Amino acid sequence: MSGADVDSESADPVMERGPYAPSERRLAREAYRRSRTRRSALIATASTVAVAAVLFLVVTGSPGWPVTQKTFLSPHYAREALSPVLHGFVLNLELLAVCGPTILVLGLLIAAARTLRGPVFLPLRLLATAYVDFFRGFPLIILLLLIVFGVPALQLQGVTNDPIVLGGTALVINYSAYVAEVYRAGIESVHPSQRAAARSLGLTYTQTMRFVVLPQAIRRVVPALVNDMASLQKDTGLVYVGGAIDAVAAAHIMVASSFNYTPLVVAGLGFVILTIPMTRYADWLTRRTDRRRAQGGIV
Amino acid sequence: MTATDPVLRFESVRKAFGEQVILDDVSLEVPEHSVTVLIGASGSGKSTLLRCANLLEEIDDGAIWLDGEDITDPRVDADAVRRRIGVVFQAYNLFPHLNVLDNITLGPRRVHRVPRAEAERGALELLDRLGLAAKAKEYPDRLSGGQQQRVALVRAIVSEPRVLLLDEITAALDPELVTEVLSVVRDLKEQGRTMVLATHEMAFARDVADQVCFLADGVILERGTSAQVFGDPQHERTRRFLSRLSEAGRL
Ligand SMILES: Nc1ncnc2c1ncn2[C@@H]1O[C@H](COP(=O)(O)OP(=O)(O)O)[C@@H](O)[C@H]1O
Ligand SMILES: [Mg+2]
Repeated sequence: MSGADVDSESADPVMERGPYAPSERRLAREAYRRSRTRRSALIATASTVAVAAVLFLVVTGSPGWPVTQKTFLSPHYAREALSPVLHGFVLNLELLAVCGPTILVLGLLIAAARTLRGPVFLPLRLLATAYVDFFRGFPLIILLLLIVFGVPALQLQGVTNDPIVLGGTALVINYSAYVAEVYRAGIESVHPSQRAAARSLGLTYTQTMRFVVLPQAIRRVVPALVNDMASLQKDTGLVYVGGAIDAVAAAHIMVASSFNYTPLVVAGLGFVILTIPMTRYADWLTRRTDRRRAQGGIV
Repeated sequence: MTATDPVLRFESVRKAFGEQVILDDVSLEVPEHSVTVLIGASGSGKSTLLRCANLLEEIDDGAIWLDGEDITDPRVDADAVRRRIGVVFQAYNLFPHLNVLDNITLGPRRVHRVPRAEAERGALELLDRLGLAAKAKEYPDRLSGGQQQRVALVRAIVSEPRVLLLDEITAALDPELVTEVLSVVRDLKEQGRTMVLATHEMAFARDVADQVCFLADGVILERGTSAQVFGDPQHERTRRFLSRLSEAGRL
């Protein structure tokens, strides 16, 4: 039984109403709202400027400032660092472009394996659980060192010694454990009634996951995944421990010869600049999801 | 209408979503201790009108008055207004992570600062009256639709709101359960609560309404006692709406 089976018909003009003109009341309300908006913008600007000014004075007024400025914020070294650091960033981006998608797919497979039901899948489920438990707890830097230096030491036939490939592998192993857990949280947040509804249509377990549960689950966790990708993007900088020349390594080399730390600051800011679009993208996605779920409204 | 001031008053309310004008010029008075029933085709703006009254939507023009206060003035505290209005939604909207008792006492405890023991005593009393005392510790997902909706009604009235807004609260229920929910609404009317409800249950509307309003084209096209509107509709549109309903066996 539905209360919505009485459809509306094309309107016949029952009474003639003149064209709408905003009332005095509406105009007054809008003027009031505008003035409130202006006021909050003014307050926000003033407080930001005040905080920035205080910070600036405190930092530049500190006794060690002139020396610190020279060692960490030297324009000369910054200019010199720009080219090699940018060059190094290409490697970071390549790593992100290859490892990111791999992690997203692998994580999903692991999460799906963890949710499989039935005794047949027990070994797979146990394996996936053990994988996640182990690699989520294992420090990334140790994993990197073990793989980058341990694998070549094994002297296996046909296995690469390339520190970039090995470093990327370590990132994939570590991050896919994290990402699998994000997916799993999403899968478990889908209400059981959804599974019931899908199974009642005759969909199999796999079809239910594929067409009903995962689409909802993934939509919910996209912001968390973007967050993980932003974090991965920074951690690509860790491959320098194996000798790969990325942005961090490039900066480090310059620091070693000049004892000026400005190149590292430049590299650090580079990572921030690269991460910002991703963070904004995640924010935008969250807002869009909110809008779609809300019935409209202002609360 | 009574000589006293209405509890809720809509004055030339206008609400548009983008280009689409949903409410064009709606004026309506809801006197104290009376039941106003909104009828109209699906999409005619009944829900929107109720959501505007609860300040879930911002109206574009006109005003809504609660106890003589213009609640659509941008200066009013919307939370304070909502404290005086009880709402029940079509989809119950119970909080799935809280049991029945906690669903009901959340408002009293967190908003009205009633001590837990006292809030729970009041809630249990109301639940008992609706035959739901045994479900106090259950979680919403384990209740039937009718039970969930009755819990939602308790949640809405437990803080003694000035007016209750009920939006098609039986639309998701099967007929058996409709009766049990509507009998609660009838009891609430007996207790003299002021209510505005949107419904497609015409038999019930006819029975319980002090005032029936037919919403179409963004205005209240026809308004009167249930005898007037159901017995002798003045407008062609109303007549057609009602005859379609009776064809569908809903009158
Ligand atoms: N948030 C929204 N954004 C855009 N259109 C909306 C929104 N909410 C409701 N509407 C539209 O407003 C109209 C009236 O909806 P509603 O008030 O729910 O009608 P009723 O409750 O009478 O069936 C519908 O055409 C609906 O599509
Ligand atoms: Mg509705």
